[in-house]
Amino acid sequence: MDSNVSSSSSSATGRSLVSAKVVVAGGFGAGKTTLVGSVSEIPPVSTEAVMTEASEKHDDLSSTPEKVTTTVAMDFGRLTLEQELIMYMFGTPGQARFWFMWNDIVRGAIGAVIVVDSRRLADCFDAIDYFETTQGVPYIVAVNRFDDDLPYTVDQIREALEIAPKVPIIDFDARDRNSAGNVLKILLRYALERPRQPDAAA
Amino acid sequence: MRNRRSRRGRIRPYTFTGGRTRSRHPLLVQTLVSAADAGTETPSNLPPEAQRIYEMCRETRSVAELSAALKIPLGVTQVLLSDLADQELVYIHPTITGHSPSENQVLERALRGLERLFQ
Repeated sequence: MDSNVSSSSSSATGRSLVSAKVVVAGGFGAGKTTLVGSVSEIPPVSTEAVMTEASEKHDDLSSTPEKVTTTVAMDFGRLTLEQELIMYMFGTPGQARFWFMWNDIVRGAIGAVIVVDSRRLADCFDAIDYFETTQGVPYIVAVNRFDDDLPYTVDQIREALEIAPKVPIIDFDARDRNSAGNVLKILLRYALERPRQPDAAA
Repeated sequence: MRNRRSRRGRIRPYTFTGGRTRSRHPLLVQTLVSAADAGTETPSNLPPEAQRIYEMCRETRSVAELSAALKIPLGVTQVLLSDLADQELVYIHPTITGHSPSENQVLERALRGLERLFQ
């Protein structure tokens, strides 16, 4: 359906509009929302999901033993890549205790960026574990260069985090629009290169 | 594949509850939705939240954007949109997941778009 869209078509409600999603994961305060804000054409928006699944290990259940309701905020941004192709960037909730809702955010993503704070490497372990065990969503690791200073080399970080050799790791500045946009380009290239089953069951 | 179509004795839970938590349409957070006919007046028999969603769908928006703008939790937004889609009031746009090589063309378009936007 790659037709030439005439300039007169206002396509605001055109049926040929399609969307895609990229997930931005990482530890609390690693720079996820900064990355989204740097590339998004709209200020990052927050939406709330009410979770009723229990997170027994973390929440104090003494007052409400039967059920836990947690409201989780997700930040997201938008990029119009073409007249009829829109990409959304979704930040996962930072706290590890919300990992149980990642499935809903991650489902159907074309890829994920794990943002790493080079000063607090351990904070991204949950995110890396999650994407290592979640088949089908290609991910790359982006080390946020705070204060223009990277205390480790990318190779040291790969070793410390035990990242598979095939997974791209790059360093970037989440505050810089082109630097953050470059992260998305690398993710898309990686997503295109990886082997996939022809029309595997969704 | 065994054909187990018999529906006797099978009653779906939401028939009773009306309090469904899952939508029956492929509504992901990034899925775009638009009013099937933007010129139509908002049907007055819809619940208030569904009316507000329908109004906003006169322009194409994602599930997440609708949820954020109307301050309706995502799960509720998805169920209400699913109802609107059942009544053919809204159109659900396709979502690209990149999971099949058949979507490569769109992914390549996305990459070219990024290359245009970011140097």
